[in-house]
Amino acid sequence: MAIIRAERLSKTYRVADKQPGLAGTLRHFVQRRHRDVAAVKGVSFSIEAGEMVGFLGPNGAGKTTTLKMLSGLIHPSGGSAEVAGHIPQRRQADFLRQITLVMGQKQQLIWDLPPLDSLRVNAAVYGLDDATARHRINELAEMLELGEELTRPVRKLSLGQRMKAELLAALLHQPAVLFLDEPTLGLDINAQARVRSFLADYNRRQGATVLLTSHYLADITALCPRVLLIHEGGLFHDGSLRELSSRLAPCRLVRLELEQPRPAADFARYGELEACDGRDVRLLVERERLTDVVARLLADLEVRDLEVSDPPIEELIGRLFRQGEVA
Amino acid sequence: MAGPLRYWRTLKRFWGSALASQMEYQINLLIEVLAMVGNLGGSLLLLWLIYGRGQSLGGWSLEAALVVLGIYTLLDGVSSTLLRPNLGAIVTHVQQGTLDFVLLKPIDSQFWLSSRTISPWGLPEIATGLVLAIGAALHAGARPGVATILGGALMLASSVVILYSLWFVLATTSIWFVKTWNVTEVLRAALSAGRYPISAFPAGLRTLFTVVLPVAFLTTVPAEAILGRSSGSWLLLSLAVATGSLLFSCWFWRLALRDYTSASS
Repeated sequence: MAIIRAERLSKTYRVADKQPGLAGTLRHFVQRRHRDVAAVKGVSFSIEAGEMVGFLGPNGAGKTTTLKMLSGLIHPSGGSAEVAGHIPQRRQADFLRQITLVMGQKQQLIWDLPPLDSLRVNAAVYGLDDATARHRINELAEMLELGEELTRPVRKLSLGQRMKAELLAALLHQPAVLFLDEPTLGLDINAQARVRSFLADYNRRQGATVLLTSHYLADITALCPRVLLIHEGGLFHDGSLRELSSRLAPCRLVRLELEQPRPAADFARYGELEACDGRDVRLLVERERLTDVVARLLADLEVRDLEVSDPPIEELIGRLFRQGEVA
Repeated sequence: MAGPLRYWRTLKRFWGSALASQMEYQINLLIEVLAMVGNLGGSLLLLWLIYGRGQSLGGWSLEAALVVLGIYTLLDGVSSTLLRPNLGAIVTHVQQGTLDFVLLKPIDSQFWLSSRTISPWGLPEIATGLVLAIGAALHAGARPGVATILGGALMLASSVVILYSLWFVLATTSIWFVKTWNVTEVLRAALSAGRYPISAFPAGLRTLFTVVLPVAFLTTVPAEAILGRSSGSWLLLSLAVATGSLLFSCWFWRLALRDYTSASS
């Protein structure tokens, strides 16, 4: 049974429309103009218990807004959501005990105190008795490789240590559903990898459902068999990363190394020329025509080396997003 | 775990961690005590100037007026200990978006925001205010009986509740306006009128301080109760104002949250 369900979920914000400069400010002060901005437009999906799903999209695509609607922080303007059998925006205690939201750019730990103090506060809020709290803290600390950091003031921790402690605080009540908004933001490669392997481990041990956004595609490729791609507020793709890449690029990339340089005009009949640098040529060729084109290339030209590959997924997604910005 | 017990345990953790983090900044105690000495000294000087020339203040003797000043000092101590650290942080929570963490906890958000921290540096001020109020009342000839003590304590509690509610409502407006810190500064300035008996002010201000801003209920009414000269109807009215403003603050918070949760990004 689906543990997260979004049905034509949408959110429209009213934003003030203000011209720059003093005149604009005065006009804005006297007569406010607003316009509606649709952040999320009728997104539908459902996620089964125990799934790890990646949430992709450029800045402002509506990822955070969707996570906030699913965790009950904001009301949808249209459509409906159901998480763990509850309607999120009612924020019933039973619902809140089953979910957690980690935000990479916000922190809940008390700045001046060691994480352990904040953890004790959270334990009391969630009604955990001391023995249970201690047991869970130890278990999670071991998984996160946190030791004496828990007794050092938060302000003296590195970003990576702090993020791990934030995760500990967010998971103390053993939520069944994890909403993670950029949990690896700003971390170095090693710290990112550790957070990643922790999340995989946690998902395996607890059977928790994870919905994760990240700027680092490596997080998504490592953790999420399934990807939701939001583009301009709508759901663009729901499936595996591999399917996404074949959908974004109906073409494959053919690299040629020639014996003799050829003018660029010679390649138009084979496919879309990406780059022609002397003897090195890169061509985009439609998947259906690939074998045919390769055969012709080998027959027509003196080829020293030939390589066929998928264009890198980062580039494909980046290109999709840039098209969006232009449109 | 049962509800009230969970809240009680949470409160203990809140204050335990708050005290631990305040202890990192010992110099605050010195600053708070100096500020109190300065404030109290100024008020005492003014009272001494007025009464030194044989004048009276709205029909209040010097000792009776000192009871009012004592209660004002006590309330100021409560503000420094509980109200300012907690309610002042609401604006920050809204600005930095950390209110989200509070709203995601399975606990009443108003309880969390109103009791999350405690600053021990206002405690000397509370003690000083209490000593001043009781000492001055005894000098003024008040006879401590069960009714006086009970009435005084009840009125003090009412005045704390009224002050809390007023402040909380103002802090709540930050959900809409984000920067409302100036408003609470205006409130503080207006409330400083509570240093003196309400009858010392001209009729217009007296009405303002009773009806619009409940300054009268903050200091003058409890002082009358401690001096054993308040009427039952004032006591009841004060209790009603306290209950009403507390309920209003709860309702107003829910109202603001509805807007926050439908608009925030």
